[in-house]
Amino acid sequence: MLSLAQLSPGQSAKVISIEGGRGLRQKLQNLGIREGAVVKRERGMFTFGPIIVKAGSTQIALGRGMASKVMVELS
Amino acid sequence: MKVLLIGNPNVGKSVIFFRLTGAKVIAANYPGTTVEFAKGSMKFPNIEAEVIDAPGTYSLEPTSRAEEVATNLIDDADLIINVIDATNLERNLYLTLELIRKTNTPLLVVLNMWDETKHKGIEIDGEKLEHSLDVPVVTTCALTGEGVKELVQRIDEAKVSSLKDLKDPIWFEIGEVVEKVQKLSHRHHTPLDILQDLSIKPPFSLLIAAAVVFFSFSIIRFIGEGLINYIFDPFFENFYSPIMIKLSSFLGEGSFLHSILIGDLIGGGVDYGVSFGLLTTGFYIPIAVVLPYIFSFYLILGLLEDWGYLPRLAVLGDRLFHKLGLHGYAIIPMILGLGCNVPGALASRLFEARREKFITATLLAIAVPCMAQTAMIINLLGRFGGQYILMVFSIIFCLWLVLGRIMNVFIRGQSPEILIEIPPYRKPHLKSILKKLWMRINWFLNEAFPLVLLGILIVNILYFLKIVNFLGGIFSPIITKLWGLPQETIGALVIGFLRKDVAVGMLRPLNLSLRQLIIGATILAIYFPCVATFMVLIKELGIKDMLKSTLIMLLTATLVGFALNNILPLMGI
Repeated sequence: MLSLAQLSPGQSAKVISIEGGRGLRQKLQNLGIREGAVVKRERGMFTFGPIIVKAGSTQIALGRGMASKVMVELS
Repeated sequence: MKVLLIGNPNVGKSVIFFRLTGAKVIAANYPGTTVEFAKGSMKFPNIEAEVIDAPGTYSLEPTSRAEEVATNLIDDADLIINVIDATNLERNLYLTLELIRKTNTPLLVVLNMWDETKHKGIEIDGEKLEHSLDVPVVTTCALTGEGVKELVQRIDEAKVSSLKDLKDPIWFEIGEVVEKVQKLSHRHHTPLDILQDLSIKPPFSLLIAAAVVFFSFSIIRFIGEGLINYIFDPFFENFYSPIMIKLSSFLGEGSFLHSILIGDLIGGGVDYGVSFGLLTTGFYIPIAVVLPYIFSFYLILGLLEDWGYLPRLAVLGDRLFHKLGLHGYAIIPMILGLGCNVPGALASRLFEARREKFITATLLAIAVPCMAQTAMIINLLGRFGGQYILMVFSIIFCLWLVLGRIMNVFIRGQSPEILIEIPPYRKPHLKSILKKLWMRINWFLNEAFPLVLLGILIVNILYFLKIVNFLGGIFSPIITKLWGLPQETIGALVIGFLRKDVAVGMLRPLNLSLRQLIIGATILAIYFPCVATFMVLIKELGIKDMLKSTLIMLLTATLVGFALNNILPLMGI
C-alpha cells in the first residue's frame, strides 16, 4: 500500500483509507476522494507544489502533506 | 414563498439564478466573498417568490463558513431547487441524496450543463433519474436558457421524496442510481480540453498565467482610462463645472459653506484635483477617477471567475504563497483586494486559522493597493512616465514578498495546504456577469462613496480649525527628516485613513518633486488601510491581532520611506 503522494504521474489507484481527522475526510470526500474511489494522478505537472489528481470527472489539486495521508492500492 | 437554489460550486447555479430572477437582484452580503448570497424575486405561474442563491456547497456537513451559511439557509426555505452539474453526476448526487434524507422540504432537481454531456460522451436518462430519486428532474442549459421555462412550469411538482427512509450508505445508493441512469462512451479531446490541460501544465501554464495577468490589467487600464477621458472628464468639465461656478458665486468665496462645499477656486475656476470641496473634488474623485476603474476591474474579474481560470492561478501560485505562510487559495483575497480591500478583507474569512488570517490581512492592508489607489498612483505619476508607476508597484510587490516571508518565519505555526477543485472551463454568460458587476458597483456607490464625502468633509473642517497644522507639528520630524516630504503632506496622511484615493489626490497640489511623489505615493499605499478596511479587519482579526498588524504597518511605512529617501537619490531621482 502506498500513499497518493507516492503515486507516479499517470497511475491510477483505489483509495483504501484516509489517515486523517473527520474534517479532512469530509473535505476530501466532498471532492470525490473517498474510500473505494479510483483516483488518477495527472501527468506533466510540476515536480513541486500541489499534486493534481482526477477523481471521477473532478480534477483536484491537493497539498503533498494531505496527499500522503490518503492510502491507495494500485489497480 | 422562499425558494432556495443550492448545489456544488461551479455548477452554473448563479446563471440559473440570474435567469429566474428579474432585474432587482441584491447581494445580502458583499459579493465576491464566501459568505454572501444573492437574493431576488420572481413570479412563478401562480405565486410571487423570493429566490435565494446559496453559496456553493458539497454536502450538508459543512467544512467551511460558506457551507455553513448554505446549510442554514435550508431551514428557512419552502422549496429547494438542487442544481446539479450533469457532467459530474456521481459527485453532485451526494448533496441531492443528503437533501432528500435530511430535509422535509419539497425538492426539485435541475440537471444543468445538459448540452455538455453530449460532447463529453455522457448519456443520462432524465426520466429514469426522476423515477430513481422520486423528485422531478428538469434538464437545462443555463447558458442558452434551454429548459429554464420548463423548470418554472414544473416548480409546483417539487415534492418530498419517498427515498427518505432508505438507510443504505449514501455512496452505495449513488452507485446504484448512477448505474441505472448513466452511460459513458469514449470521446475525443476538444480544443477547450487541451487549453484546460495546458493552463495547469508547465511550461505553458506559466506563459498563460503571465498572458492572462498582463492582458487583464491592460484591458482594465484601457477601459478605465477610456471611460475617464471620453465620458467622465468631459461630463464634469462641460456640464458640472458651470453649475459649480454658479454655486460658487452664490455662496461667495471665503465663506464657511464655500470652503466646505466648493473649496478653493484655482484661477477663477474649479480644479477637481486641487479645489477640495465636498461637491467638487468630493464628487469628482470617487465618480470620475475611481468608479471607471472599479467598473473595468470587476468586469474583468467577473469574466475570469465565470470562465474558471482563478483556481488554476491558485494552483500555480501555491508554492509562492507557501513561502509566505499561506496557500494558493490566498490569491483570491489578494486579487479581490486589488479591486477594493474591503471584499479582500472579508474573503480572509476563507481561512479558519488565526495565523493565515493575520498574514493575509496584514499583507492585504500594506501591500495590496486597491483600484482607487492604483488609479490615483497612475494619475499622480503618469505624467512622469510609466516607468515610475512600475517602480512604485515593484516596491509594493517586493514588500509583499519580504513581509510575507518575515511573518512566515516569525509567527509560530505551519503553512496550511491547498485543497481545491479545478473546474472545467466554461463559457461565461454575459448577462450574469453584468448583473454581478452591477451588484458590485451598487455596493461601491452605497458603501464607499459616502465615506469619501465624509472624509473630505472632515478634512475641510480640520483645516478650517487648523488642527491639521497642529498634527503636522507633532509628526513633522518623521515626515520631513526621515521621508524628505514637506510638512503639508500630513493632511494627506490623516485623510489617507479615511480614503486612500483622496489622500493621494491631496499630494497633487503640493508641488512635490518626482522623488517626493514616489515616496509619498508609496507610503500612502502602505502605511495604513482605509477606515472601512480597518473596521472589517478589527472584526475579522480581533482588537489584539489588529493592533499587532497596525504596528507592523506603521513600522514598515517608516522604514520604507526612510530607505526610499536615501536610495532614490543614488538612482538619480
